Amino acid sequence: MARIGVFICHCGENISATVDCPKVSEVAAKFPGVAYSVDYKYMCSDPGQSLVVNAIKEHKLTGIVVSACSPRMHEPTFRRACAEAGLNPYLCEMANIREHCSWVHEKGDRTDQKAIDVVRMMVEKVKRNNALMSIKVPVTKTALVIGGGVAGIQAALDIANAGHKVVMVEREPSIGGHMSQLSETFPTLDCSQCILTPRMVEVAQNPNITLYTYAEVESVEGFVGNFNVKIRKKAKSIDETLCNGCGMCTTKCPQKKIPNEFELGMGNRPAIYVPFPQAVPNVPVIDRLNCTYYKNGKCKICEKFCQPKAIRFDQEDEIIEVAVGAISICTGFDVKKTDFFPEYGYGKHKDIIDGLQFERMASASGPTLGAIRRPSDGAEPKKIVFVACAGSRDPAKGIEYCSKICCMYTAKHAILYKHKVHDGTAYIFYMDIRAAGKNYDEFTRRAIEEDNAQYIRGRVSSIYERDGKLIVIGTDTLMNHETVEIEADMVVLATAGVANQGAEELAQKLHVSYDQHRFFSEAHPKLKPVETNTAGIYLAGACQSPKDIPESVAAASGVAGKISCLFSSSELTREPLIAFVDRIAAPDYSSCTGCFLCQPVCPYNAIEKEDIKDRAGNLIKSLAYINPGLCQGCGTCVAICKSKSIDIDGYTNQQMYSEVDALLNS
Amino acid sequence: MSEFQPKIVAFVCNWCTYAGADLTGTSRIKYSPNVRIVRFPCTGRIDYMLLTKAFASGADGIIVSGCHPNDCHYTSGNFYARRRWIVFKKLCDFMGIDTRRIVFSWVSAAEGSKWADIVNTTNEEIIKLGPYDSYHKLSTQDILE
Repeated sequence: MARIGVFICHCGENISATVDCPKVSEVAAKFPGVAYSVDYKYMCSDPGQSLVVNAIKEHKLTGIVVSACSPRMHEPTFRRACAEAGLNPYLCEMANIREHCSWVHEKGDRTDQKAIDVVRMMVEKVKRNNALMSIKVPVTKTALVIGGGVAGIQAALDIANAGHKVVMVEREPSIGGHMSQLSETFPTLDCSQCILTPRMVEVAQNPNITLYTYAEVESVEGFVGNFNVKIRKKAKSIDETLCNGCGMCTTKCPQKKIPNEFELGMGNRPAIYVPFPQAVPNVPVIDRLNCTYYKNGKCKICEKFCQPKAIRFDQEDEIIEVAVGAISICTGFDVKKTDFFPEYGYGKHKDIIDGLQFERMASASGPTLGAIRRPSDGAEPKKIVFVACAGSRDPAKGIEYCSKICCMYTAKHAILYKHKVHDGTAYIFYMDIRAAGKNYDEFTRRAIEEDNAQYIRGRVSSIYERDGKLIVIGTDTLMNHETVEIEADMVVLATAGVANQGAEELAQKLHVSYDQHRFFSEAHPKLKPVETNTAGIYLAGACQSPKDIPESVAAASGVAGKISCLFSSSELTREPLIAFVDRIAAPDYSSCTGCFLCQPVCPYNAIEKEDIKDRAGNLIKSLAYINPGLCQGCGTCVAICKSKSIDIDGYTNQQMYSEVDALLNS
Repeated sequence: MSEFQPKIVAFVCNWCTYAGADLTGTSRIKYSPNVRIVRFPCTGRIDYMLLTKAFASGADGIIVSGCHPNDCHYTSGNFYARRRWIVFKKLCDFMGIDTRRIVFSWVSAAEGSKWADIVNTTNEEIIKLGPYDSYHKLSTQDILE
């Protein structure tokens, strides 16, 4: 016979101001099976919890209902109290009479009735709760870092330095990401590659880090602590163990006119190439789409000149399987290209470039070796216009958000331009200068005051070509909205930062959510900024939203901290609220008919086929079996099961039906 | 008719709508006390037999709500709930269950005010429709006849 305890909390006045708590307690005492009922001012306080503990012991309770706030708030608290009193913690239920009752309804009989109904419903539920044991799962102490930009590098190094193994996967032939493309970084103007490349080398040399470049995540299965990841290592057509990075192949390749992706099309590269001189690893790849041998079946010049004989034309993609315990997504962002803007000529004017192209141009290792030159004729631009918020903060373009980094890098571009073209003038069209950050505002002031950047507050409506010049038509909102016309030699659009290509696909592989702009979603915008909603999968850097370098690095170290915590013990404890298939005695074994409708609906591939055999090994019956390690407890299989053979602890059919029954048959 | 206070049962998922209703509470947005919330791990768990059970036990209206498409905590449970709802709706039409009394919606954990709106509009709608006596009074005997 059930002996249920009901504990009504006043929550100070939060509940008692609207709900008549003593009355609810009085009524609850008369519910069938209720052995004890009490109301108290603060049930979650120490004396409140002692009250619960003592009542469980004294009245030999077999289950409790705490009628207070949302279970999302204090369920763990009262489960602990149960455990302390020697009662199984899963024999505790919470009736939510604060968020769902006292805070949203007016004082009155109907509100009291609702509180009573909610308590009755939970009493009926808890009578049918099963005593459960939490599940222990082992943790594989290896982390997977997806993306080798600055965030990925930071996360990988921090995790590796904490003593754990790291597997890093990078899509491009080299790690480094967007940061390796930048010229100098705001607000200190230190050279981007000078600070990044030593970190890249550290990744390659760290014995705890296994690096796979030119590779992508193929599939992910499993759950926190126990992910199985398949990595597709694309064929580089090079034996990496033999290649010594001499670079002979790249100089001898007859294909020389392939637009260089790293230089954003402003330079050329051969078909066998390393993206940039400081690439890590310093191993070339053959671009099979453009290689003469793969196109025409003849050439193999690189093979002829390769002294270590490392070229492998017959190499195939390799699938590598790794077991990891945690995953960090550091896939970064992309920028909108100039062809996105009809008002700025759909990218057909050569002298209109985007911010990242300007970075390459200003970089000492870039296509112009650091000189600012018009892409059309190579002349030095004397008048240059920077357009901030190109695409960003523009609902008409589908990008409502602020791309965050453009105000700062545009100020930096104006400074760099002035340092390289002393007699030139830089105009900046802007909406607002958003320079929040340490030494950021000082930096933009410096652009205006020391380097004479001409800031014009207004938007640019159109840009067109006239006599080899670009006519920029804008408005100056601080000068009576007068139309401003500038005859510019070159225009740089600070185009919006957007989610990386393939973000959705990756999100679906990892079962993490993303927002309408395809940026990955964090579990909580304030309190869980680096976690995703999937346990064991974390986010760092600009794949979450546009971020600058210090923010990306901070988030990456945050992720490393989280993953190190996860790896600090060899076992994880999981809630046992998972689905199971019923079992009965022979000759039926289970009511499961083996239709396996449940298998395709399971998002976690947790449902397996189990064969029941007799002693001679003859198959008697095939049943569904739910792997408790994989099941996350969504219950979709429970609802789909035609023979009602599957049930889920914590939300069993008995519990749910009796809840509904209790609610309505008062 | 204004005396009539309907009984509305809400079947919601733990991660979005339950949390959204919590937010309604923390934001102190008022709504009708005629609703009773039943928590499920996911809308994919909701067996639609529970809906007929609720009507049979005396509910006048039902709300089913979970995460928005693509936001499901379990990736796809809400899609199965939606598919099942499409089929169930046809079954309801066939059986003569008034589908105006079932509201299917998505309320995310950030949409506290939307939850209040849905409860209030459903409440008004059900008050207009009146008590669901034709179903409540249905006995097994009636069905057999």
